[in-house]
Amino acid sequence: MNDASLWSVFINASLVNNFVLAYFLGICPFLGVSGKLATATRMGAAVTFVMLVAAGSAYAVNLLLEWAGVPYLRLICYIVIIASTVQFVEMLVKKLSRALFRALGIFLPLITTNCAILGLALFQTNREYDLAQSLVFALGAGAGFTLALVLMAGIREKLELASVPDVARGAAITLMVAGILSLSFMGFAGLGAG
Amino acid sequence: MAIEQRDAPAADDLLKGLWRENPVFVQLLGMCPVLAVTNSAINGLSMGIATLFVLVLSNTLVSLLRRAIPREVRIATFILIIASFVTVVDYLIQAVSLELHKSLGAFISLIVVNCLILGRAEAFASRHGVSRAVLDGLGMGLGFTFALLCMGAVRELLGSGTLFGVAVLPDAFQPWVVMVLPGGGFFTLGALLLLINHMQARRAASAIPVEQA
Repeated sequence: MNDASLWSVFINASLVNNFVLAYFLGICPFLGVSGKLATATRMGAAVTFVMLVAAGSAYAVNLLLEWAGVPYLRLICYIVIIASTVQFVEMLVKKLSRALFRALGIFLPLITTNCAILGLALFQTNREYDLAQSLVFALGAGAGFTLALVLMAGIREKLELASVPDVARGAAITLMVAGILSLSFMGFAGLGAG
Repeated sequence: MAIEQRDAPAADDLLKGLWRENPVFVQLLGMCPVLAVTNSAINGLSMGIATLFVLVLSNTLVSLLRRAIPREVRIATFILIIASFVTVVDYLIQAVSLELHKSLGAFISLIVVNCLILGRAEAFASRHGVSRAVLDGLGMGLGFTFALLCMGAVRELLGSGTLFGVAVLPDAFQPWVVMVLPGGGFFTLGALLLLINHMQARRAASAIPVEQA
């Protein structure tokens, strides 16, 4: 059992150890979907939602696996849970709100291969979070992911107008910017430790 | 370039992953482990070898089963195959070196969601015979290992003045601590991509007059 307070779990997951900028989880959507501010926000919201559902289910399944004495099936079970959660969320959103479904579009199915989700499930198991801590951890990780994505999208929209040398266009300059962003997030170190 | 194309397809399957279609530097696949575990050369190398191992095995099995897997559930099947091999690698590393297992942490399990492996299963192994799929997996895996080793070596050299744990730079060298921190991963990969873009631009510029002549 981990006795970290809910507040420190949240601050830790969203700012101090930001999933994208400190753990390098979810780099693919971070580099791929951060071109426009509007899509970045929606992607962040979708990921946060899937994280919350996946965290709850992963917690339940982990209890079941421990009870059955087959912890080596954890990885396989988690990936199946995440894939089915994404599928389920897709159907649910389609049923409840056509407008939201159209807005999220291709991003929903892509979340399955987002390593931030699997990383979240594995971290919460390794750190032995209880159910409330797991859910807050998911919320914090989602908020941190959205924050990084939105910041990056804002910078990249400005970058479109800047004159960047030809060699550095595309991935190279994006990575450099991400590096600076990551450095600035280190300023949060020590926050929420108490 | 021209010489490579004249080679037998078998050699090409192996060689294309090393440089021309290098998964990291050219295709930008599997970025998460590339940035996360390359704070030292040994970590980068072991992560590369673990990925290589999973890639070759999953390519083999996917290629063997390619006629038996129904099209509709192929992605789910690929992921299950990959997850099984990753579990094997996870326990293998734990048995060989507990220290290494600790420093790579959750990133061994996260090989499952490395888009490189799923990408090769979908784009190559499910469409070609076993021998070509193995060669492809070997080539891509070696290319990936090479990229991780480059990243790890640069970051370890500049960040702590050592290489594989052996001090190589003189004591007067002030280590750039930032290189072993998360930000350094982004900077190193960005700088390596700059270098590669520059080399390709120069090659393209020097190739044009030759073709005209």
